[in-house]
This record gives sequence, C-alpha cells and structure tokens, in this order.
Amino acid sequence: MRGIKVGFGEKLVMDGLDLDLYRGEVLGFVGASGAGKSVLTRTILGLLHKQAGTIEVFGYDMDKIGPSERRLIEERWGVLFQEGALFSSLTVRQNIQAPMREHLNLSQTTLDGLAAQKLQLVGLPQDAADKYPAELSGGMTKRVSLARALALDPEIVFLDEPTSGLDPISAGDFDDLIGTLQKTLGLTVFMVTHDLDSLYAICDRVAVLGHGKVSAVGPIDELLVSEDPWIKSYFHGKRGVVRAGAAGKRPAERAEDGRAQFDRAEDARR
Amino acid sequence: MSVAPSVTPKTGDDGVVLSLAGAWIIAAGRALETSAASLTSAARGGRNAIIDLAGIERMDTAGAWVIDRARAELAGDGVEAAYRGARPEYALLLQEAGYRPLEPPKQVRTSHLVTLLAAVGESVYTAGLDLIDIIDYLGEIVVMWLRLAPHPLRWRWTSMVHHLEMYSLRSVPIIALINFLVGAIVMQQGIFQLARFGASPYAVNLVGVLGLRELGVLMTSIMIAGRTGSAITAEIGSMNMREEIDALRVMALDPLEVLIMPRLVALAIALPILTFVADMATLGGGLIVSWIYAGMTPEVFISRLQGAIATETFLVGLIKAPFMAVTIGLIASTEGMEVRGSAESLGRCVTASVVKSIFMVIVMDGVFAMFFTAVDY
Repeated sequence: MRGIKVGFGEKLVMDGLDLDLYRGEVLGFVGASGAGKSVLTRTILGLLHKQAGTIEVFGYDMDKIGPSERRLIEERWGVLFQEGALFSSLTVRQNIQAPMREHLNLSQTTLDGLAAQKLQLVGLPQDAADKYPAELSGGMTKRVSLARALALDPEIVFLDEPTSGLDPISAGDFDDLIGTLQKTLGLTVFMVTHDLDSLYAICDRVAVLGHGKVSAVGPIDELLVSEDPWIKSYFHGKRGVVRAGAAGKRPAERAEDGRAQFDRAEDARR
Repeated sequence: MSVAPSVTPKTGDDGVVLSLAGAWIIAAGRALETSAASLTSAARGGRNAIIDLAGIERMDTAGAWVIDRARAELAGDGVEAAYRGARPEYALLLQEAGYRPLEPPKQVRTSHLVTLLAAVGESVYTAGLDLIDIIDYLGEIVVMWLRLAPHPLRWRWTSMVHHLEMYSLRSVPIIALINFLVGAIVMQQGIFQLARFGASPYAVNLVGVLGLRELGVLMTSIMIAGRTGSAITAEIGSMNMREEIDALRVMALDPLEVLIMPRLVALAIALPILTFVADMATLGGGLIVSWIYAGMTPEVFISRLQGAIATETFLVGLIKAPFMAVTIGLIASTEGMEVRGSAESLGRCVTASVVKSIFMVIVMDGVFAMFFTAVDY
C-alpha cells in the first residue's frame, strides 16, 4: 500500500485535498467541527461520491476496481461509525459475529468464542453479549462498535471519534488497545478525534483539516511548534496547554516496530 | 495470497514439538479451525508438548485465539503445552487476545405448552392494554382540545397546514383513481347482474347508494390508514427512537400538543374532503361505464341518480369520515409511541398500526351502518 491520496475538484467541503496514510501508523485527524472530517472518512469508504481526485487503498484505485475486488478490500478494513451504527435488531454478540458469519465459514463455537474474545478485548463484560444495542450506554455502544470493526481482524481501521463519550479511564484503555493492536498486528489506524490525550498517546502523525485542505500533517511535536493560528489555539488553548509537556517519543518508536513487523509479513507473503 | 495455516508434529526427547507455519489469520476461515483441531489431536496422549511459533508467517487475534484454545484444551486433557519461539509481538497477542473459558449460557427449560399459554395470555393482556391506552389518549386529546379551543393563537397552524397538504392534497390522485375504478366496477357488475331481471337501469341506484353511503368513505379510510397512518407511526416512532420525544418532554412541551394534535386535526379535516373527492370519483366511474357499456347518456344517468339518492345518502358517508380519521390518527400515534430502540420494533409498530386501523375502520363502518338503520337516516 502506497497510502491514500484524496483529491477533490470543485467541491466546497474538500478542495484538492491530499493525504497519505502509511502502513502500520496511527494517523490522527483533527479539524474544527463541520470542517469535513467525517465527510472525508465517508468519501474514502466510498459512501459519498467525490467530484474529482483519486483514492487508493492497498494500492488499488477505488474508482477502477470492480465490485468483487471492492468487496475483498472491504473485508480488509473495519469501520467505527461516530454513532456506533450497530444493527438494532441483533444482539451485541450477533452484531460482532455478523461480518464473520457473512464472509467466512466458521463453526458456531468458534464464532461465539471470537465474539467473547473481542468483547474482552474492548473491555466489556461477557453478560453484555446478549443485550440489544438499545439497552447499551453510549460508551458501551462505542466499544461494541469497535469490537465489530475488529471482527475480521482488518488491516486498516477507520475510527470516527472513538473516544468521545467515554470516561477518561475507558478512553485510556481504548488508546492502549489501539496501541497494542498496532504493535502486534501492524494495524493501520485512521482516527478522527478531538481527544488531545489520544493524539498525544497513540498518534504517530496528526493531520489538520482546514479550508478543505490538509493544512498541516506531521508528528505531533512538529504541530506543537506550528505557527498556524488555528493549530496553535488547538494545541495550546485552554485545554491543550497542560499536556503540551507530556508528548513523548513512544508512539513514533511503536510505529517503527509496527512498520518493521508488517514489512516482514509483507515480504513473507510475496 | 497468504499460505494456509499448518501444523507439523515431531516427537522429540521432551515430548511432541508442534511446528506451526503459514498465516494464522481469520481470512483462512475453516482452515484455521481444522489446523487448530489437528494441533490438539497431534499432541493428545503425551505428557507435554511444545508449540513452536517460530515458523508463523502472520497471526491475528483470531489466530491467537484458536491456538490458545488448543493449548487450553490440551491442558484440560492433562497435556502441558508451552509456547516456544514466538516473536515478542505474537507473545503479547497470545497474552492479550488469548482464550478465556466461557461460562455456558444458562438454559431455561420450559415446556411448549406453557410458552404457548403464556404467549396467548400476554397477547390478550397487551390487547387490553392497547385499548386502555387508546381510550387514555382519546381522553387526553379531548381535554387538550377543550383547553386549546379558546386560544386559537396557540394552535400549531403551520404544522396543521403542512400535514393537511401531506394528507389531503397529496392523496387526491390516488384516492380519486381507486374510487373511480370502484365506481366503474360496481356499475359494470350492476348492469350485468341486474340485466337478468331487466333492471339494468337500477345499477345507477346501486352505485349511488353504495358508493356514497359506504364505499367512498370506506375505501378512502383504508387507503389513508395505509398511506397516512403508517407515515404518522413511522414519524413518531423514529422520533421516539432518537429521543426526540424525550427532548420535547424535558423542554416542557407536550408531545401530544406538539406532534399528535396537529396531525389528528389535519387528518380530521382531510378525510371528509377526501371522502367527497372519493364520492365524486365513484359517481364519475359509474357515469362513464353506464355511458360506454349500457349506452345511458349522462343526462339520463344524472336524472336517475337524483331520483335514487337524497342529501342524507351523501351525508351518511361524510359524517363517518371524521370518526374514521380520529380512529386512524389515534391508533397510528399510540403505536408510534410504543416504538422502542430497534428498527425491528419500528417495523412491527407500523404494521400493527396499519392492520389495527383498517380493522377498526371496517368495524366502525359496520357499527355506523347499524346505527343509521336504527335511527332511520
């Protein structure tokens, strides 16, 4: 995968936007509310039509591939929608099993076991498995949705505000989980977030969306010294100033590990 | 594509060494399960086993889980299995995403007879509750109407007019079309069947009386129950699902006043208008068929019609319309309020709304027929 490049023509929300997402990295995506972060995510996923530009996922141009190739790509990514988008008439367990049941031939015991494993990974108790989405709290919905996004062990996950609505402890666990998965699976993460803690803790690079373009992209340390007024007030505003000192180098190292591991796997595959 | 997962057992000095190779990923599907099963069967019987992970090409959470489950199963059989040669990230994965024993779900055993009886009892009980609910709503609506009647400024005119347009104006084409067809069919059959008694011209009476008294209002009500009743249930139901109704409540707004009243009033105005349209369409259908099929000129048709029907015949149909409207509106909005979180429940409530409305419309038409006969109207 060379990354994703998105270019839009005369669209109002996105105007000639370029962005690369490298294998094994966690890319945080920030921008003012209504700047089009979710629009971009939905465009990459093919849910919205773009007027111009190309999107490449795993090296395939999404406009030039047929439906069957597209399906194969869709099995390799997982998506967490902002509001969960769980199937309301299925239980939590059935929700998590839905992608596995549809795409793979697995026995019911394994399906149940894997659903339980995903629940445990996202930090939910096992008795949540038989609940319906309407009976879940907002934070639980987020976690179940993440569990469903991870069901097929995707290579890329798109997370739309994964930690909003979670308490700080859960949000921290969430960051740890994403970090672990990145390290062990070489997971690539595209994360729309407003959570400064997440940005500091797990994002290797942060992209800032403004005026329909990516106005800045780079490791968080670079953005912290940026002169752009919006970026400045974002990271050094009332809420950002406390954490400014806390940015460490760990995420970058972790990305190195993840990338190296994935390159090995990629070599082995060829 | 990646290599399928595989297991190569080798018996050594210190037990069986099981070398795993290939990609232990979920995309392997059934192969993942069979490989894990061969892992357990190869090591079974021995005292201890070593699972060598050095040859693994790729592993994901599902792969880690099946490998770890195999190890746990072996441990259950008294075989000590240990991992060897795992890369640090895979060791972490096995630890984080490993197998955890599942508590078997509690099975509650009940006999089918008990379940059946319970289901019957429950549906009788809910039917009773539904009735109470609807009467409850009716009472609330009447009280609200009495309270609002002296203050026309507080009526939601915009909402009412909007719904009036949706319910009446946009229903006109379909209502006119079906009633035109019904009028034509009744006329055609009337002429054909009555011809045996030489009474073909009386088909005009048939269309006039049947159409104005019963069919016009009945067909319109059924159509509106399907078209508008379902829309009301779906609107209120999805608002209920997304906590919009709760939001209204906490803003000190009464959903009954804001949502249900305007719809109900609009429906009560729309249905008589549509019934009138339906009546005209029925007569129109009759006129066209009698002209083409029996050669009866429009002048003759109209003069016969004037002899057959009186103002009451027309009014009987029209009087029923607002009652039908309130019935449909009440059932639709109570069902909408019943919707719970899932899409399935929305579907169920919309279905229930339409079925109940149509049923009640027909029952009420029967009651009205008996009533008008009794009072000789």
